[in-house]
Amino acid sequence: MLELKGIYKTFNAGTVNEKRAIDGLDLTLENGDFVTVIGGNGAGKSTTLNLIAGVYPVDAGLIRLNGFNLTGLPEHKRARFLGRVFQDPMMGTAATMGIEENLALAYRRGKRRGLSYGITNEERKIYREKLATLGLGLEDRMTSKVGLLSGGQRQALTLLMATLQKPDLLLLDEHTAALDPKTADKVLQLTEEIVARDNLTTLMVTHNMKNAIQYGNRLIMMDAGRVVVDIRGEEKKNLTVRELLEKFNIESDRMLLSE
Amino acid sequence: MDFFSNLLAALPGAVAQGLIWGLMAIGVYITFKVLDLADLTVDGTMATGGAVCIVLMTNGVNVWVALLCAFLAGMLAGLITGVLHTFMGIPAILAGILTQLALFSINLRIMGKKANMAINPDNFDLLVSLRNVKKVTLENPIFVAVVFTIVVIVVLYWFFGTSLGCSIRATGANPNMSRAQGINVNFNKVLGLMLSNGIVALSSALYCQYQGFADVNAGRGAIVIGLAAVIIGEVLFSRIFRNFALKLLSVALGAVIYYIVIQFVLTLGLDTNDLKLITAAVVAIFLAIPYWKGKYFKGAGKAIAKAGAQAKGGEDNA
Repeated sequence: MLELKGIYKTFNAGTVNEKRAIDGLDLTLENGDFVTVIGGNGAGKSTTLNLIAGVYPVDAGLIRLNGFNLTGLPEHKRARFLGRVFQDPMMGTAATMGIEENLALAYRRGKRRGLSYGITNEERKIYREKLATLGLGLEDRMTSKVGLLSGGQRQALTLLMATLQKPDLLLLDEHTAALDPKTADKVLQLTEEIVARDNLTTLMVTHNMKNAIQYGNRLIMMDAGRVVVDIRGEEKKNLTVRELLEKFNIESDRMLLSE
Repeated sequence: MDFFSNLLAALPGAVAQGLIWGLMAIGVYITFKVLDLADLTVDGTMATGGAVCIVLMTNGVNVWVALLCAFLAGMLAGLITGVLHTFMGIPAILAGILTQLALFSINLRIMGKKANMAINPDNFDLLVSLRNVKKVTLENPIFVAVVFTIVVIVVLYWFFGTSLGCSIRATGANPNMSRAQGINVNFNKVLGLMLSNGIVALSSALYCQYQGFADVNAGRGAIVIGLAAVIIGEVLFSRIFRNFALKLLSVALGAVIYYIVIQFVLTLGLDTNDLKLITAAVVAIFLAIPYWKGKYFKGAGKAIAKAGAQAKGGEDNA
């Protein structure tokens, strides 16, 4: 279970560029929840994910995952619990290293990295099987440098790396936004398969309302650093893009009026 | 004819010097290529290693112990740069310059406030010496330097294949991804800087034995020579040497080629005082080659890439 309580985050505090990105955010995810997150630019979606991952510290508030307090931990220590895929396909993999080397790095997430072999033949078998499930033919190119792969292939690989060690929470930060529609669909399908197979608790940011409705069991809309709409269960299943847009506009208007 | 006989006579010296500096260049490779940091500490460490080694040896310490101490002193210098960079948030290039500057004073202290210190090969058991460079024995510095190079390459090849070594390579390749995979990026940078400077100090210790003296100015411009070796090696051998161990070997060969070129221009009659200028020019040109290749031969590069993609059956479009 993920608990965010009273989270505040302000960037460039005390300057003309001061921006309150997260403003008293409260959010609780049950184990196995697949939550899609939508909201306008600057609503605080990516900031929320980055705060959970520890890219920067919170100003105030509490982040707890399965009862474990993450709030003060540095990014690399939180990585033990988290699987992450980024918007930029270049960001999630090491371009100058091979496919199997990247997987080996991910395989050791949360483990001590000592002087044992960086990759073993038994692992290679596991990687080959896992790569085959992507259906991209990467299992026959295990030693190829990741820099040679397309954006879609890299995102699929990053997704596999994020879930190679089962994470307590999977964070997807607009991970299909930089891909063409066909590739984006393929990566989203893979995402759904993996999340369902491992019953992963997932937080997926997206700009695509159709995807936000189609995937997951719960949808939240953020605005000005807070959750403004939270739809789940039956209600989410019957949701249409039109209804969602209406809610979106109402919320945006309300925010405009209140300012 | 004179020119060639002179060049030939000077060649063993150039090769020995190149091999010893090749070790230093391997140290530079670790920071510059593996960690993607420009570390200027080495200009200081290239004098520290020799100073520590010569001082210890003249005080009766065994040569191997002296080498080990030189290596550790280099690691300590790397640690300082690493702490300045990671813990104190100073940009890497500036952190290196600060350590390098501080090391000048420290090197003088090590040598008892003397700018240089001689060691007589007659009285001490040196591993490498200039006087043996043309003898066909196991004491020939070329042979000894080759053995050192092979040992260092084998050890580094093993190390960068371990879980820890892989995480250091990942740190240089993509720090964002590394943190997301639970790698302590700062720790790895410090470790890489220590390893690099340790090797540079080892090279320095050998070089001072080879020359027969330690000098506080021995490291001036060392980073440029190291970079020259790395880049010459890369430009000349990157198409055939893809394995990590072979890449390290190409760095060592780069240093040898650099010293042969320098010997060549010196034999042509150039003044030794102009050496630094020539070095800078050589490095500038070799640094520019990859850039020019990308900029002015883009069409050719693309055509090759396209052909490659087609050969793979177009699976990259997935």
